[in-house]
Amino acid sequence: MAGAAALPRDNGEIAFAAPWEGRAVALALALVERLGLSWDEFRQQLIAAISEMPERPYYESWAVALERLMLAQHLTTREELDRAEPTERPVL
Amino acid sequence: MTDVGSPSHGHDHGHDHGHDHGDPHRPEPLAPVEARVAAIEAVLTERGLLDRDALDEIMAHFEDDLSPLNGAKVVARAWTDPDYRARLLSHGTEAIAELGFSGPEGDHMVVVENTPTVHNLVVCTLCSCYPWPVLGLPPRWYKSPEYRSRAVREPRALLAEMGTDVPTDVELRVWDSSAEVRYLVLPERPTGTDDLSEAELAALVTRDAMIGVAR
Repeated sequence: MAGAAALPRDNGEIAFAAPWEGRAVALALALVERLGLSWDEFRQQLIAAISEMPERPYYESWAVALERLMLAQHLTTREELDRAEPTERPVL
Repeated sequence: MTDVGSPSHGHDHGHDHGHDHGDPHRPEPLAPVEARVAAIEAVLTERGLLDRDALDEIMAHFEDDLSPLNGAKVVARAWTDPDYRARLLSHGTEAIAELGFSGPEGDHMVVVENTPTVHNLVVCTLCSCYPWPVLGLPPRWYKSPEYRSRAVREPRALLAEMGTDVPTDVELRVWDSSAEVRYLVLPERPTGTDDLSEAELAALVTRDAMIGVAR
């Protein structure tokens, strides 16, 4: 498999390639806690998102899982999320 | 930053902008997933389900409180205190909490010890779950499809490629994290360290050894 022989040993402690990745992790944690869900409910969405697209970058699957959790909990609709997307990078 | 494990970044731009992040005057365009995460945050905030301060606190907690330095302290304590070691191996969560480390992804900790005849390796094949309280956030390679599949299919070859040779007379046990359990490897104490303090010992413990890709 391409890249398998060169698994990077990234000993630098930067865990996220971009701020949105860390934000996605924090959002998942905050949402699960706020709704009183079990972490496993998010985890099941993550497992499904990863298995359906194994080569998708990890945190993109994470974001998909988070969106699906919100939809499953009837917190939002795809259309509402579409409308809420910014066109410029938000200042975090 | 190169991303060896991920061939696609999900960008659907029509041009090849490469991944050279060197130009400060033209920041990389907003990626679709980035916009989606921002939308999620906006909707949750509007719904009153998200407190921006809470989010910042969580992120600060990850940066400040969670790292492999925590696990290293646990290991060093186990190396120097046989009673603690026994508690750690039988009741991992509680023993780790004795040192002040606990929280999400650390609620059910099982610590597995390396010995002269057993080497342990940890993976989460389904979702890369990882014991945050003792190791912080997982490294990129741990989340890759390659690691997740090869750790169970051909662990010895995988470890050899990562620079760790496990002799054939040493049993290699692979632990696949489940919905509940998170694993931490207790590496063997290096020889010639009898005179070191607990803090000095902790400095010898690497994250990779606590995952099991190093000895």
